[in-house]
Amino acid sequence: MTLPANAQAALDSFEHCSGWEQRARLLMQWGQRLPELNDADKTEAHRVHGCESQVWLVGAQVDGHWQFAASSDARLIRGLVALLLARVNGLSTEQLQQVDVPDWFNQLGLSRQLSPSRSNGLNAVLQRMREVAG
Amino acid sequence: MLLPSPWRADFPAIAALQRQDQTYLDNAATTQKPQALLDALTHYYANGAANVHRAQHLPGAHATQAFENTRHKVTQWLNAGECGQIVFTHGATSALNLLAYGLEHHFNPGDEIVISALEHHANLLPWQQLAQRKKLNLVVLPLDADGVIDLDAATRLITPRTRLLAVSQLSNVLGVWQPLPALLALAKAQSALTVVDGAQGVVHGRPDVQVLGCDFYVFSSHKLYGPDGLGVLFGRHEALSCLQHWQFGGEMVQDADYQHATFRPAPLGFEAGTPPIASVIGLGATLNYLANLDQNAIQAHEAALHALLVEGLKQRQGIRLLGSPQLALVSFVVEGVHNADLAHLLTEQGIAVRAGHHCAMPLLKSFGLAGAIRVSLAMYNDSEDLERFFDALDQALELLQ
Repeated sequence: MTLPANAQAALDSFEHCSGWEQRARLLMQWGQRLPELNDADKTEAHRVHGCESQVWLVGAQVDGHWQFAASSDARLIRGLVALLLARVNGLSTEQLQQVDVPDWFNQLGLSRQLSPSRSNGLNAVLQRMREVAG
Repeated sequence: MLLPSPWRADFPAIAALQRQDQTYLDNAATTQKPQALLDALTHYYANGAANVHRAQHLPGAHATQAFENTRHKVTQWLNAGECGQIVFTHGATSALNLLAYGLEHHFNPGDEIVISALEHHANLLPWQQLAQRKKLNLVVLPLDADGVIDLDAATRLITPRTRLLAVSQLSNVLGVWQPLPALLALAKAQSALTVVDGAQGVVHGRPDVQVLGCDFYVFSSHKLYGPDGLGVLFGRHEALSCLQHWQFGGEMVQDADYQHATFRPAPLGFEAGTPPIASVIGLGATLNYLANLDQNAIQAHEAALHALLVEGLKQRQGIRLLGSPQLALVSFVVEGVHNADLAHLLTEQGIAVRAGHHCAMPLLKSFGLAGAIRVSLAMYNDSEDLERFFDALDQALELLQ
């Protein structure tokens, strides 16, 4: 399966990233590029619980392709979510089920962000995404 | 100012963490352990584990003796003298739940339980749920601007309807001693039972339960440089006799047949099942270690570090401290910076601090916050730990502000 273009771009930039500072700057850049959710979508029903920050996730299928949108009041988790969406947006349900998300973050050099003790919420976002996509 | 800790080398994990570039400043959550404890655990497991209070055999006798020696050491540590007993539980949370269930029969609908606004969930939820089960009123004492329980309000709110007062000695978020003598006097004047949550307090000062005069005092071993899975409940004899048995099983029973049973008094009657034997023995070793140190020197060291921490935070722009912390820890937020972002970047730099609500959600909500960063100190921390923290903080804020 070839990577979506956005995912390939993420991989290219994170692959050459050395040190926590550069990684943090990149994450925040990706977070900034994530389109803001409408306030109307920031409802309790769309809230992802289990995060230190407020995170909302919505998702719908358009012509058989998943399109997720998300927002957060914290910048680094917004970046992490942006990287997740870069990998999964545009996929069919079947393709979505096959994506190895831990491996994706591993490739980006961000595997620690998915460790069970991290309360940043990326795991919770992932879980919600799977619920939405059934 | 250079503040080395003379006890740092007694805690082997600190050097191990340093080799992994980790600076441990999350001591209010749990502490590292002294070598003396590691030696005691190894000795117990290497020389013959056995269950306590049951068998005639020699390993059983040795284990029971070591176990009961710790009970004696805890009695001394709390200066309990002859006024009460020590019950071992599986943690401070367990001890508080034991009280909330064991005292359930003591309350009638409409009675009041008084707690404070700064309680950890462990000293809030057991009473909240008891109040719901028995239709009691849970009265919450407010704090003043410094994070100290407001005594004027307490004078009004502790009334003849008050049957029990349960308060923390030292908040795990605000780092300030609470006015326990005055609060306990107010409760005693109403003949209410008194419970002190010493989970943080026991670590930063030598409690004296006879001077305090509380009915119950609770703490957890792992925050006091001891093993985890072990809590301590001190109870005065008269107060312990109010407790109904809560958990049932092995060794807490006097006589049993299929339909009926009678139970032992405290302490064994409240230690159902096999207790955490190794942890109890380990706590004994920790208390031995601590008892041989100069407590005043430890408190002076921690006070100097705390002053350095507060001063450093106050020098930086946009930092707001929660309350007016006096010792042990500081919780803070930075204007315009999400605490999750700051926590993320401190973690990236190997600084182990805690971010979030610190198991005191109502307290954080009362500050209008979802979370805060907490830096908490122990006897083995030194000024270099704080320097590394401040360097990391400055780097993180440079990125975020």
